[in-house]
Amino acid sequence: MNFTLEIWRQFDGSDESDEGRFETFKVEGIDPEASFLEMLDQLNERLSNEKKRNIAFDSDCREGICGACSLVIDGTPHGPQQVTSCQTYMRDFVDGQTIKVEPYRANTFPVIRDLAVDRGALDRVIQAGGYISTTTGPQPEPNSMPVSPEVQEQAMDAAICIGCGACVAACPNGAAMLFTGAKVTHLNVLPQGQPERESRVIGMVEQMDAEGFGGCTNYGECSRVCPQEITIDVIGMLNREYRKAKVKKKPKPARAMTTQ
Amino acid sequence: MTVFDSNIPDGPLADKWQNWLDAHTLVGPRNRAGKKVIVIGTGLAGSSCAASLGAQGFKVKSFCFQDSPRRAHSIAAQGGINAAKDYANEGDSAHRLFYDTIKGGDFRSREANVMRLAQLSENIIDQAVAQGVPFNREYSGALATRSFGGVLVQRTFYTRGQTGQQLLLGAYSALEHQVKSGNVEVFNRHEMQDVVLVDGEARGVIVRNLITGEIERHAADAVVLASGGYTNVYYLSTNAMGSNVTATWRAHKRGAYFANPCYTQIHPTCIPQSGEYQSKLTLMSESLRNDGRIWVPRKSGDDRPPAEIPEAERYYYLEERYPAFGNLAPRDIASRAAKVVCDDGLGVGGTGRGVFLDFRDAIIDQGKETIERKYGNLFEMYSRITGDDPYETPMMIYPAPHYAMGGLWVDYELQTTIPGLFAIGEANFSDHGANRLGASALMQCLADGYFISPHTVTNHLAKNSEPVSTSDSAFDEVESDVRGHIQEMMDVGGSTSAQAFHREMGHVMLDKCGMSRTAEGLDEALAEVRAIKEEFWRDLRVDPGDEEFNQSLEYANRVSDFFELGELMIQDARRREESCGGHFREEHQTDDGEALRDDDHFAKVTAWEYGGDDPVPHDEALNFEDIKLATRSYK
Repeated sequence: MNFTLEIWRQFDGSDESDEGRFETFKVEGIDPEASFLEMLDQLNERLSNEKKRNIAFDSDCREGICGACSLVIDGTPHGPQQVTSCQTYMRDFVDGQTIKVEPYRANTFPVIRDLAVDRGALDRVIQAGGYISTTTGPQPEPNSMPVSPEVQEQAMDAAICIGCGACVAACPNGAAMLFTGAKVTHLNVLPQGQPERESRVIGMVEQMDAEGFGGCTNYGECSRVCPQEITIDVIGMLNREYRKAKVKKKPKPARAMTTQ
Repeated sequence: MTVFDSNIPDGPLADKWQNWLDAHTLVGPRNRAGKKVIVIGTGLAGSSCAASLGAQGFKVKSFCFQDSPRRAHSIAAQGGINAAKDYANEGDSAHRLFYDTIKGGDFRSREANVMRLAQLSENIIDQAVAQGVPFNREYSGALATRSFGGVLVQRTFYTRGQTGQQLLLGAYSALEHQVKSGNVEVFNRHEMQDVVLVDGEARGVIVRNLITGEIERHAADAVVLASGGYTNVYYLSTNAMGSNVTATWRAHKRGAYFANPCYTQIHPTCIPQSGEYQSKLTLMSESLRNDGRIWVPRKSGDDRPPAEIPEAERYYYLEERYPAFGNLAPRDIASRAAKVVCDDGLGVGGTGRGVFLDFRDAIIDQGKETIERKYGNLFEMYSRITGDDPYETPMMIYPAPHYAMGGLWVDYELQTTIPGLFAIGEANFSDHGANRLGASALMQCLADGYFISPHTVTNHLAKNSEPVSTSDSAFDEVESDVRGHIQEMMDVGGSTSAQAFHREMGHVMLDKCGMSRTAEGLDEALAEVRAIKEEFWRDLRVDPGDEEFNQSLEYANRVSDFFELGELMIQDARRREESCGGHFREEHQTDDGEALRDDDHFAKVTAWEYGGDDPVPHDEALNFEDIKLATRSYK
């Protein structure tokens, strides 16, 4: 298969104020079974042969679970199939097509180079409460705290989030509500998560605001592009948990356990 | 300078770890903030180790090359984690898990280490549940278990087909909790380049900031390597694109022995390769073998659709050759059996390198709904990748490089031959012998990270040592070596990408130092890998600019180490004149094609000392006191 690629290039020289532009490449003889990233690998190998600078992009596991890949293909985060970019195959496109490739577009995800962005803000949201404050050591026998399969399923449907940030990139407001809602749902429905239920949601929501993520106005784009098909219900859960927590007690950020 | 003693504590096997714990030296709570530890890697082992040390009050610097610690490749583990809890009331016990692991490893691991691992297995499940890891549950609300490759009990705990992801997110959340508490600092997009020794002890690392290209120095009182395995030496593997050997290899070059490098695991259930462009192979969880039946047509070149091939003309080769274990035979055995039938021309698929994994009978027996509940996400993943629907037509699978049992040599305390340098998780060689059983990697990584290294590292930190500054001349020297190596790559000025060289080397390694090896093939492989390495240093192309974000440079840097590791793997495979586990030498097999061990000469660990083209082997004898050496049979 043959394609024309319009690929975003930015910071590929020494100019720190580079505002970026599209560069056009033609690729030929691509196997329809190749993944989108393998197609980019082939292009990069050719660019090396031509002694031209490679296109920078992130990827690691290439099986849809690590969440590293972060392309926007023809305007849709990850690509047309609601799977990660690494699980997008060239057979999903029409031979001869022009394909536009961009990095995630969000103020909270600054571009590092070309298609690679910095998503450190998501780690900081987790630091603000996305855990159960237990430390390593003897723990209770798990079967002393039964969890019904329905609750386990609900927790797991949210816990499968891969932290790729496509939800943020898809949202017209640049909100991280699906990401945060998924973590709050996972931990707040489980019995182990109850003691920190309120401090968790307040801490994480405040950190989202501090990072500059926008608010949710129910576009639903986040859930539509989520490769893990996390439903927008988790945002409802996040809102409910947040309101309840605010009513119940004064806002208090998740406090780290002191060691001694 | 280097010590070579496994330091196994005295006492009965089952008491050794408790005896060690009772006797080790502690660091008082007030003194912990003054002790610094560097942890390289944030997978299951690295995250859990850093979080545990941080929770005790030590100051930890944690490094990963990924853009977030949560992306380490432990995330991709699917099937489950073993623990000898005996919830299924089958008479399971720590001793049985210990025995299965030793036997599964073809009697090439240390008894004391494996017993400790089996004993700690239960604590791991408790720890993970307390963190909120949503393990699958029975209707009663109790934890669910299933059986998994190579054992006869149900001791595997799982979270759907994403157990590694959930366990890693548990460890990652513990890590981020410690970041918040101020005891752990995470450096993402930083890659370790070398370890710094002061007076013979590991006292720091040189890392490259992958965004700015800056070369940084970090000093500490101990360094822990949790940098994973090296099967990307084969180019195509189930590892992530970035998985590499650089941290452990550079430590090896500074004096840490590298043990059993030839022990690599080729996993039987992966999606077959479809083309030359392919960048990685995708694993399908081994749990599929619980219900799927593996077969090939009895007649070579039978190209009827699989559904039209009658029962009598199907060769269920695992069920026929290994009636006791059948489709659940351990990985090394299942992989080699697949290779043998494909070598005999019975393979299926476009390349003839594939076998069927068929769910027809399971769907008839249990109903589509049950199968969907058990394997739905795996079936979906398969059909996304291949375009085939496994409910309708059998899956096609073929073995792919997956896991490295070899790694840095460590003693009972998980300390390498460099004092103060520890290796945990897949990065070390311990516990799995010559073959790893399914659902044992997650167990070992978390045992090392949560429950072993936090204590053994503490024991080391308890020794009074002078603080070291990064302006020490030892840092100058190592930094200059690191810069020199980078400059060398920048200076080649050729026109071939590192990926092309990597692919070429991978072909040689898989062909001649993969599932099946011969003396002749290994000799050829050594010459070929050296020739490709020479070409690499003559025609490599990396993008200009070493002090900036430069992925082509990162890649070349990793490949440069894979060449040297590949040479050592070949030399190790050549020296081990026997077949055991994942190491199958064609010269050493029984009449019916099973691995033939030579316990008289090779019941030992080979730990290699770095020596450039002529590495020096050292042997650690394996003493079996609890277990009788036996021929490993799954028939």
